[in-house]
Amino acid sequence: MSEIAPAHPIGGYIPMVDGPEKVSGRAKYTADLIEPGTLAGRIYRSPYAHAEILEVDISAAAKLPGVVAIVTGADCDRTFGVLPVARTEHPLARERVRYRGEPVAAVAAVDDATAIRALRLIRMKVRELPAYFTAEAAMAPGAVNLHDHRPGNIERDVFFELGDVGEGFAEADLVREKTYHCAEVCQNQMEMHAAVAEWDPGRERMTVHASTQVPYYVHLMLSRILDMDMSRIRVVKPHVGGGFGCRTETLNVELIAALLARKAGGGRVRIVTTREETFITHRGRPETGMRLKLGLRKDGRITAVECECYQRGGAHSGYGIVTILYAGSMLYAIYDLKRVKYIGKRVLTNTPPCGAFRGHGTVNIRFAFEALLDEMASELDLDPFAVRRANLLTAPTFTDNDLMVNSYGLPECMDWVERASGWKERKGKLPKGKGLGMACSHYISGASKPVNWTGEPHATVKLKLDFDGSVVVLTGAAEIGQGSSTILVQSVGEVLGLDMSRIRIVTGDSDVVPKDNGSYSSRVTFMVGNAAIEAAQNLKKVLVAAAARKLEARPEDIECLGELYRAGAQDKGMTFNEVVTEALKESGTITVTGNFSTIPASHGGKKYRGAAIGGTMGYSYAAQVVEISVDEETGVVTVDKVWVAHDCGKALNRLTVEGQVQGSVWMGMGQAMSEEAGYHDGLMVTANMLDYRVPTIQDSPPIEVGIVESNDPYGPFGAKEAGEGSLAAFLPALTNAIADALDLRFTALPVTPDRVFAALEKRQRAARSADTRAA
Amino acid sequence: MARLLTFVLNGRKRVEAVADNLLLLDWLREGLGLTGTKTGCDGGECGACTVLVDDRPRLSCLTLAANCEGKRVDTIESLAQNGRLSSVQRGFHEKLGAQCGYCTPGLIMASEGLLRRNADPDEEEIREALGSNICRCTGYVKIIEAVQHAARLRASGEAP
Repeated sequence: MSEIAPAHPIGGYIPMVDGPEKVSGRAKYTADLIEPGTLAGRIYRSPYAHAEILEVDISAAAKLPGVVAIVTGADCDRTFGVLPVARTEHPLARERVRYRGEPVAAVAAVDDATAIRALRLIRMKVRELPAYFTAEAAMAPGAVNLHDHRPGNIERDVFFELGDVGEGFAEADLVREKTYHCAEVCQNQMEMHAAVAEWDPGRERMTVHASTQVPYYVHLMLSRILDMDMSRIRVVKPHVGGGFGCRTETLNVELIAALLARKAGGGRVRIVTTREETFITHRGRPETGMRLKLGLRKDGRITAVECECYQRGGAHSGYGIVTILYAGSMLYAIYDLKRVKYIGKRVLTNTPPCGAFRGHGTVNIRFAFEALLDEMASELDLDPFAVRRANLLTAPTFTDNDLMVNSYGLPECMDWVERASGWKERKGKLPKGKGLGMACSHYISGASKPVNWTGEPHATVKLKLDFDGSVVVLTGAAEIGQGSSTILVQSVGEVLGLDMSRIRIVTGDSDVVPKDNGSYSSRVTFMVGNAAIEAAQNLKKVLVAAAARKLEARPEDIECLGELYRAGAQDKGMTFNEVVTEALKESGTITVTGNFSTIPASHGGKKYRGAAIGGTMGYSYAAQVVEISVDEETGVVTVDKVWVAHDCGKALNRLTVEGQVQGSVWMGMGQAMSEEAGYHDGLMVTANMLDYRVPTIQDSPPIEVGIVESNDPYGPFGAKEAGEGSLAAFLPALTNAIADALDLRFTALPVTPDRVFAALEKRQRAARSADTRAA
Repeated sequence: MARLLTFVLNGRKRVEAVADNLLLLDWLREGLGLTGTKTGCDGGECGACTVLVDDRPRLSCLTLAANCEGKRVDTIESLAQNGRLSSVQRGFHEKLGAQCGYCTPGLIMASEGLLRRNADPDEEEIREALGSNICRCTGYVKIIEAVQHAARLRASGEAP
């Protein structure tokens, strides 16, 4: 008898299950849903940064032939927002506009040209208010409050001191304090925001197709904004062209499309925003000012940390409260810190609202921390690797702020990049104009406490098995290009021993799939993956029981080889299809469920208000070494090579882990070197892909990935996240490399050629004047 | 004004009436339903709409349909034959040159254009050929590998 072995899709280099659709152009994204008779939706946006609305006159626009519906703030007095404690945003502004580009009215017309013409006929009368474009200006005494319930324009004030920080600094051999600044950056995902809303007036049902990472949250907010029962709403997520966090909350685009469709009395309204509008819809990483003070002993131990952090949050809360909390809590869980003081301020300003950009809340703080640590290590003549090795955690452990760390591959990550980059042999010996820098970072594998606490499991997966013998995975997990569908198919295949070709996946349609919280905080592989494993185990039990019945054996004696079930090595057994046929006799179509919930120990602590933020079942770790060349004539910094090691627990798919890690590092490079949202009187003037400089293929270095597998005890097959943790370390690794090459410490990002050039010139001038004085 | 346009789209000769001011991109997507060609920006910034005109990569968002008179236009939909992926498509699929997939049709057409004029490009030539196509997911490392893989598949005759 030929040996039949179960399939093992986990751990391989597996191309994505939806790859063929994407490379052939057949994958449909929301903007591709073009049907005759669909109305074109366009949004009228505020030209004022801060103003009281006196009148929105749509009378001329309404008379334009071809205009079918116009909505304004008068059509909806309800508010939305991702956090239950901060739902203060209107889909269309009422009473006040708070940033340039805020939606004020929207038109549905027979075609796009008519809709655009109608926008030009809308008139807005206002009383302008003072506008604040920096956190500092918005917090200044006497500033007008953007929102009445947020005095002083402070969205959230965070303070904690764990351990005696003063005592810590007293113990240090070296104490340094510096300020750091990170410009605001945007996700700038390739697909612009789009929504298609269809209102069925006969049945009073609303169907919305949206480019979102969180179909469930969109469902919740549609119900709230439309004042409709959730059972009358269907949300579909087609293919999504990236998100990186800007689609982890309901956006005004999908809500406005639905309001227009209903006002039009029926039919479909399609809104596809321009690139400029996509930028202005924003939800990017806030401009951040930081003051960091570290105490360091000669042996490299960190004795105390004091950090103050200001985020320019924009005009509405969004995820803001969470972002400012992450920045503090995630000081922990990477090194062994005992005395930490954190002061965080999330500030409301008259700029587009920020959100949860990849690496949410952790990136800018990590930049400051790793940059100052590097500088102080250098001052104490300590190797950058050695200083970090002096502060390692030992897993399993709880941090001082009660975060549960179960697996910790950071030491191995550092070993890998040190070796792969030839650090020991090459550091300090590179030719003039070249430099090496390193840094570390970490991230969560899904927030242990969900945004909407409902008491349900964190993740639910259904499997369906029927007469055709194909296993169908039903999941709400939003595939947005990160490969979640592939991981779930692999996971089910692994448990059942089945080749992936037998398994299909259906996702992103609220009529069909179980609810899922969505693709954010790197939760899907960990949480939905665990649910998929449990579902597959439950299905296997059903199949084993059926085989046992037929083979007249005990279930525990049935051996499952994927395509063959048998009762001992001598048994010729039953094929998978025969087992399915037998199992169906019992119940008809088989559906099974798998669930996953986080354990309470991972929910973070209560030592300060908001201490649950940062809690997760598994932290990923990453280290990287960046090698650069600087052209001192022009200030141009070129990244020659990046070595990155990422502890993802277990690489379920080595191909997609590499892809996620490379993409993260590269996105960090964009923030570090060229990306910056710029404003003029509150108007985003970089809202296109020429002024908002994303690195091209010609700017981008080779990125060599080392995979570290720490086998997390709770992760699916031991896995943790792979798509965010590597981003942050690039920023400080770059500035540390520049310091190695030029002996200049850049504390403001992005480090653009003009800034490098200016710093070099300043140094030369200083040297010249010193020479003159000496002479 | 509109005119009657004669050209070859994805290997088939067509005669169509098109408005003088109609962009090739809008005509492909909204007129013909060929939505594989993507819109990624407000004009000429991202490369997502790249198609081949007489084998040369062109941004369809900056090209008038009327300017394609007498020319051959190839879009992403032309590459797979009878549902079988072409060399460049296989390269991007198998080497993970595509993640979210939105920039992918443009990058594949730019790569196809490169390989039609240079069957064995080196890394620098690949970087130069794809220099005006933005990808936000991959960091480009695997895109370079995808094009190299495609060139091998073509050279060995494994895929057209």
